[in-house]
Amino acid sequence: MSNHQSPEQPSLSAIQQLLSATPRVINIGLSSFAQEMAAQQISVVQVDWRPPAGGQRQLAELLARLAAYETQIAEANAQALKRMLDAAPVLVDVQPAGQVIPGLGERVILHAGPPITWDRMCGPMQGAVAGAIVFEGWAPDLAAATKLAANGGVAFHPNHHFDAVGPMTGMTTRSMPVMIVENRTFGNRAFCMINEGLGKVMRFGANDAEVVDRLHWLADSFGPALGAALRAAGGLDLIPLISRGLAMGDEMHQRNVACSALVLRALAPHFARVVSDGEALAKMLAFIAGNEQFFLNIGMAMGKSIADPARGIAGSTMVTAMCRNGTDFGVRLSGTGDVWFTAPVEMPQGLYFPGYTEADANPDMGDSAIMETIGVGAFAMAAAPAVVGFIGAGGASDALGFTRAMSEITLARNPKWTIPALDFEGVPTGIDVRRVVETGIQPAINTGIAHRQPGVGQVGAGVSRAPLACFEQGLKAFALTLGVQS
Amino acid sequence: MNRVRRGFYADSVALMRISRALNAIDGVLEASLMIGTPSNRALLEGSGLLDVEGAKAQADDLIIAIRAVDTVSATAALSESEARLSGGAQASADAGMTTVRSMRAALEIMPDANLAVISVPGEFAAAEARAALARGLHVMMFSDNVTVEDEIALKQFAISRGLLMMGPDCGTALIAGAPVAFANVVPRGDVGLIAASGTGLQEVSTLLARNGRGVSHGIGVGGRDLKEAVGGLMTMAAFDALEADPATRHIVIISKPPAAAVTARIVARASACKKPVTLCLLGAPSMQLPKHVTHAATLSAAVQVVLGRALDDAGAPALATRSGWLRGLFCGGTLCSEAQIVLAELGLADVQSNVPVPGASHVDRPQGAAHTMIDLGDDDYTRGRPHPMIEPDLRNELLLQVLAAADTAAVMIDLVIGYGAHADPAGLIVNALRSVGSSDVPIIASVTGTDADPQNFRVQVERLRAAGVIVAGSNAQAARLAAQCVRL
Repeated sequence: MSNHQSPEQPSLSAIQQLLSATPRVINIGLSSFAQEMAAQQISVVQVDWRPPAGGQRQLAELLARLAAYETQIAEANAQALKRMLDAAPVLVDVQPAGQVIPGLGERVILHAGPPITWDRMCGPMQGAVAGAIVFEGWAPDLAAATKLAANGGVAFHPNHHFDAVGPMTGMTTRSMPVMIVENRTFGNRAFCMINEGLGKVMRFGANDAEVVDRLHWLADSFGPALGAALRAAGGLDLIPLISRGLAMGDEMHQRNVACSALVLRALAPHFARVVSDGEALAKMLAFIAGNEQFFLNIGMAMGKSIADPARGIAGSTMVTAMCRNGTDFGVRLSGTGDVWFTAPVEMPQGLYFPGYTEADANPDMGDSAIMETIGVGAFAMAAAPAVVGFIGAGGASDALGFTRAMSEITLARNPKWTIPALDFEGVPTGIDVRRVVETGIQPAINTGIAHRQPGVGQVGAGVSRAPLACFEQGLKAFALTLGVQS
Repeated sequence: MNRVRRGFYADSVALMRISRALNAIDGVLEASLMIGTPSNRALLEGSGLLDVEGAKAQADDLIIAIRAVDTVSATAALSESEARLSGGAQASADAGMTTVRSMRAALEIMPDANLAVISVPGEFAAAEARAALARGLHVMMFSDNVTVEDEIALKQFAISRGLLMMGPDCGTALIAGAPVAFANVVPRGDVGLIAASGTGLQEVSTLLARNGRGVSHGIGVGGRDLKEAVGGLMTMAAFDALEADPATRHIVIISKPPAAAVTARIVARASACKKPVTLCLLGAPSMQLPKHVTHAATLSAAVQVVLGRALDDAGAPALATRSGWLRGLFCGGTLCSEAQIVLAELGLADVQSNVPVPGASHVDRPQGAAHTMIDLGDDDYTRGRPHPMIEPDLRNELLLQVLAAADTAAVMIDLVIGYGAHADPAGLIVNALRSVGSSDVPIIASVTGTDADPQNFRVQVERLRAAGVIVAGSNAQAARLAAQCVRL
């Protein structure tokens, strides 16, 4: 469980060593002991102890039994982690989803989160489905579209089952333009729809003519141009782009100001080369410039392309996906293959735009938790103190606290993505289901908050937490793969 | 009324301090804050404090249970508890030490840590200790309620890794001069202490300090180390370490009388030691020993052996004989034992205790026709409340009771100061005495501590004397003074 190993010492000398100088203490429990030692200038770190697994004896015992498999699990996790850290994601192209995602045909709708049926979908998800059906022309209007969906006229699948991801409702249908990120180390590709901008957009469940018209523009004009620009640029290497974004105060989930600007800067000359009409070009550049979250969808496709090669490594307790569909939260572990461990989503905690309150909020939604899965978003909060106030999480020092807390449930620090405010320590990467269950520290996720009624859009932003129940189920299922019963 | 805070954990001492503050609020009949483990829920139920909501609490929930004369008082207590709970977090943040949630995270911050101090509930303590030992850390375990099987397994594991496993139920250590947990500020010197008793270690180290002698190390081994089952595993390991330690020139072992087989092993080990050894096995019969090994029946006798001279009893007042019985109310269990031994040595029959030494008989409460020496740190008194060294309230209640009783000849008390102990135990006693006005029952106290302790030995002594308390130079001397009051 730890990379800390004291050198083997002959019996006497370890004790003699202890007696040779003021001890360096880890105090587990009563904080008054630590305070008194600190007052005497004894170096001490306080462990704010809680019962393991929240006092659930069965889980605590399961964790203890799994300790016997430590070597095997550590090796598997090292391999899973290496696959994540070795990724070389490049944004290469934009194409209609139906042409690049195998199996995405007529009357198939991909949505965010783990699998869900129409009757269990939240309001914004149903609204987005209706809008997507109208956009595809499978029904003439929203009423007919709703009827079609309710009567089983379309098939629903998670984006994650099709190498794709989508923010909030996460609608992906065949005619939508998806950005393609290629992981050049492993050759896999991942897809995400272009970010529609802020306000009334399909990802928040909006579905009126304005929304559908914008989708058509993205599919017919902007998407092809972005694809051509990317091809002209020879692709956009994303690892270094994220490194710079972290240094510029983005955490790539709630704040994408820097990365969006970096993308615009890199691609503007290529846009100019591939779009001959000046007015059309201006509109496209203004579209990127006017959307500080433009990069989010690129980052998500990148996240998916990074996480996927780490899937299916027997014996690994690393989380390879976290996502939510507005009803259920879903978690996948490397060592348990493609099974989803689900539990009801929690309500995000955060700040609301004027005129809205928590009563208007939809429960947590979207595939964007792929960002936290690969170590950014809330895990990189220390890089983006500006986010902390906006999402109601507290002061700048709290941002450091978020990242430090997440490092307690992760396997490693990503040396390529460092945070200046943490003395250039890497972002905490590779969530270990054992540590989540043991510490009870729920992975934090930076998120936008959608209105619970379809069509209204974003009403706030905040932090949500991955439900512990997903990880508890996952741990039990994982143990079974090693033949350990809970 | 019960209020449950989900997913909240705080250590029981902190909670009990808050409980005490709530009990002081007007209109509050009883208040208790407890983590919702099954045993705590049973405790609350037993005292009629558990309601339907509290009964649903789990081990990671906090139960705030309040019984009050009316809703207003209950609400006041509730908001006070909330304020104090959040205030505690603030204070901890202010202390400037790094706080994490797991040992692993602590080791990332301090990769060269070498000692884990563990004070988590007993049922979880063994697992934490095992994890610490596996990471190469020495362990000092304050937690009790650890099974003897776990203790043996942990100590064997520690020995296989060349590590110290101090405890369970070890509250006191002095490591290279650093007081850990319940310990006093004493000068460094050449006396190495190995103790199965925390207060025994404190009394010996402070008596040495007040007589100009310093301590190299004080290694606690836990109250059961010298029991037959454990067989002195850690005492032997500590012995090896102190014999090899260049700073240590005299080794003192402090324990209640061990099992005969263990005693034989200790004596054999001491006999083979190249350094002088004092065996302070309280109440053990005298034994055949080589010249460099000395047996001392009491803590103060052990100090005299080390010093090579008698402790100064001068300045002690002569006390008149009175009718009735002695009432000893102790925070330190070993001090309670020592008092019984001294009284027996002086020929007092009829000494009873809830922790009787060989020859004394058993009693639970400070009453009846016998001299009663009560250890208030015993489980029977501490269940569900902090140890009286941390929170001497209970002792003060009993003190007032025995002062009011017609058959009390004199009262003996011990004050243990130093790190971990209450900030001003003398002040509490003085306040309690002020509330009853004058009493002609002599109160004879000893203070275990030094002038360098945060409470300051001299300040505590002066505070007691100003309130009419007779303060002896040691716990043993307090027992001798008390005996004067009842000697026929």
